[in-house]
Amino acid sequence: MASFDVIILGGGPAGYICAIRSAQLGLSAAVVEQDKLGGVCVNIGCIPTKALLHSAYIATLLQESKEFGVEASSVKTDYGVAMKRSRRVSDQNSKGVEFLMKKHKITVIKGTGVVQPGKKVKVGSDVHDAKQAVVIATGSRVKGIPQIGLEINKTTVISSDEALLLERVPDSLAIIGAGAVGMEFADIFHAFGVKITVIEALPRILPLEDAEASDTLSKSYRKRGIEVIAGAKVTKANVGKDKVVLDVEAGGEKKQVTAAAVLMAAGRAVNTENIGLKECGIQLTDRGFIKVDKNLLTTAAGYYAIGDVAGPPMLAHKGFREGAVVAEIIAGQKPHPIKYDNVPSVTYCHPEVASIGLTEEQCKEKKLDYVAGKFPFSANGRARGTGETEGFVKILRDKKYGEILGAHIVGAHASEMIHELAVARENEYTVEEIDLAIHAHPTMSEAIGEAALDSLGRVLHI
Amino acid sequence: MATKVHMEALSPTMEEGRLVKWTKHEGDAVKSGDTLAEVETDKAVMELVARADGQLIKVMVPEGTTVPVGNVVAWIGKPGEKVDGAGSGEQGAAASKPAPTAPATPARTQPAASPTPAAAPADATRVKASPLAKRIAKDAGVDLKLVQGSGPGGRVIKRDVEAGATQTQAVAPAPAPRSPLPARSGAPYEDVPLTQIRKTIAKRLAASIGPIPHFFLTTEIDMERAAEAREALNKQLGEDGGKISFNDIIIKAVALALVRHRACNAWFQEDHIRYWNEVHIGMAVAIEDGLITPVIRNADMKTLSEIGAEARELAGRARNRRLKPEEYTGATFSVSNLGMFDIDQFTAVINPPEAGIVAIGSIVAKAVPEGDRVVVRRRLRLTMSCDHRVIDGATGAVFLKTLKQMLENPLAMLL
Repeated sequence: MASFDVIILGGGPAGYICAIRSAQLGLSAAVVEQDKLGGVCVNIGCIPTKALLHSAYIATLLQESKEFGVEASSVKTDYGVAMKRSRRVSDQNSKGVEFLMKKHKITVIKGTGVVQPGKKVKVGSDVHDAKQAVVIATGSRVKGIPQIGLEINKTTVISSDEALLLERVPDSLAIIGAGAVGMEFADIFHAFGVKITVIEALPRILPLEDAEASDTLSKSYRKRGIEVIAGAKVTKANVGKDKVVLDVEAGGEKKQVTAAAVLMAAGRAVNTENIGLKECGIQLTDRGFIKVDKNLLTTAAGYYAIGDVAGPPMLAHKGFREGAVVAEIIAGQKPHPIKYDNVPSVTYCHPEVASIGLTEEQCKEKKLDYVAGKFPFSANGRARGTGETEGFVKILRDKKYGEILGAHIVGAHASEMIHELAVARENEYTVEEIDLAIHAHPTMSEAIGEAALDSLGRVLHI
Repeated sequence: MATKVHMEALSPTMEEGRLVKWTKHEGDAVKSGDTLAEVETDKAVMELVARADGQLIKVMVPEGTTVPVGNVVAWIGKPGEKVDGAGSGEQGAAASKPAPTAPATPARTQPAASPTPAAAPADATRVKASPLAKRIAKDAGVDLKLVQGSGPGGRVIKRDVEAGATQTQAVAPAPAPRSPLPARSGAPYEDVPLTQIRKTIAKRLAASIGPIPHFFLTTEIDMERAAEAREALNKQLGEDGGKISFNDIIIKAVALALVRHRACNAWFQEDHIRYWNEVHIGMAVAIEDGLITPVIRNADMKTLSEIGAEARELAGRARNRRLKPEEYTGATFSVSNLGMFDIDQFTAVINPPEAGIVAIGSIVAKAVPEGDRVVVRRRLRLTMSCDHRVIDGATGAVFLKTLKQMLENPLAMLL
């Protein structure tokens, strides 16, 4: 039995950052991890998909390169090679987390942790003692939809876990769920020559994004030959040995989709089972997340929850921040409270979709007095130069004071550009401060300044 | 470079704190989060903690001293590092000197801090606030210096300005039915805790009468023709339209007089005076356990019926505590009327940052000489309170003269 100031269950983004910040504040910390450090994000999520998306980008670029005066003849793609590269990237990142644990003298305990009353954590037959706090950061996993006969069988019905490890691509793939995961895999597999059908139950793809953003992406996908069926219901699934036939109902029409495989990209389940929550008096919410207060404290004193298990949005960067904040709370500090309404959301497909704050639909629902400012990349010099003219920047500002209520970017590098607006919102800058900051020319980011100006009725380049 | 330790706002309403006890002393090693001192706030004794690692190299404030929030109370730095140990009164003037052994690097040395007058802390004129908070405050007429910031480093953010502006609303629920006073049960007095609105009134009005050099100008106005005009207008409006009151006429006349005398339509803003081109008249309304001044915006441009309708509507909602913050902030001048309580004449307290307010007494029939005869006329005594930093005696007097002319000859309002 060993004793630590803080014991963290789970070595994903929330957990490992919590450990590092605890160590920085002079606390002794241990991380319990049953698999590789870095969690879903590093090993089977954010990181390897970004590697594969870049492979997809190169494949697409080479197919269009003739127009740029560079002819690449007989471009061949090999998913197996791209996959192996993505694994190396993941491993490097996981090793990086291991290094960070060593650097900060954090003990990594291999195994599955179970919390026990009295701030104890059992791993195998060992029981460890947390002097100050236990932090639960066990994350989430993909889940299928068994109700309609689509249970993940790892061959014809797969999840992202399997998709990331395929040696060869199937001829055709039906993707159920058009959230970030579904749209990213559609982009990847399409570039590797797979016939793709994306099926989304809600009326739009990327249903949480601004309607204009999802419409723009939807058009872009259809133009490339990716079939997108939104507002669709899968009424029946016939899972065969080498193909799946789906009965789909959309807009009053019935349709059959046949594909060599189905990728389940809808929904995630949090890992709250068999880790001793009930025994410690740690309650769950109606939706199955661990119930936490403002300070991320669970219903049991001394037990905190962070990351996906603590509730949406289930994003690595939200977990990062919760990990750091909880460490500071445990160390007796009063950290700046997390602004959950200022967490950027990014989908890394091509073109990228990034947003922060409210969508235009939410502004309408809340009956806010707002003005939308918009600037298309087709009017941006840098975007014309690189041939990346799809998309736009849209800023929703409060009419009276210019507060940035929400911002939406569709386009190349949207993921990198959204942070200007995150900084602005965090510091309560208004659209006028966005304009006052001089944007370098020519850059894609100029479109942000122009969208701000457009919201003030003084756009310059359109 | 050494880090300043400031007196922090340890409660939302704390403006100063008494340093009860230093728990760390000069030379002690401190870590971020360590308790440095105990501080008595307006609410309780709280701990002041270190925000930096190092050594407590200089204590600027002896125990028992009361220090405004934001002032430097100590320095944390590297052992041996020197700070200019200026007297505790010379806040903010202390600048770190390069260590004597360090090679001369003139470019890096701190510019010599200009000697600051002991009475004015360097931070007093600078308010840390987000651009959005500044805009909302400007619009709502909220003085950011009076707002406690809850953002990073005590910065004033949107939430703070809104909370400040709605405090009276948010904290005070609909007035509970007043419990009947016990009929001489023997207790010589009853201690009633201050409600939030009463606290705000106390703070705002004390802030007014204290630092503002008030002076008062009283004049008696003949209201005979205004009364005749009012009767004629009300007859014209018939039964359907709302009646026009004397108060409406006075608000309109004040607004028009202010247009001609912008010198009285102004805000005192510490380092500048803001002369308003728009005229927004605050109208004091008595409510359960307090008063509030809803604002008739652009009163100079509104008709008497519009002013009357708006005044009644605002006063009604004021009594039900249903005013939005923007409806009771941002006045450029105010009117207070106690005529209905048979008060002949009184002086009203200026509502800062406004520079003036007129107090309206009751309209009473008086015997006044007219030529060789004595006639009975309806007369009104009106007193203007002026902030002498903005309005001088003669400035106020010419404004009052115009106001008097307008009320004595309501047709003059049409000029």
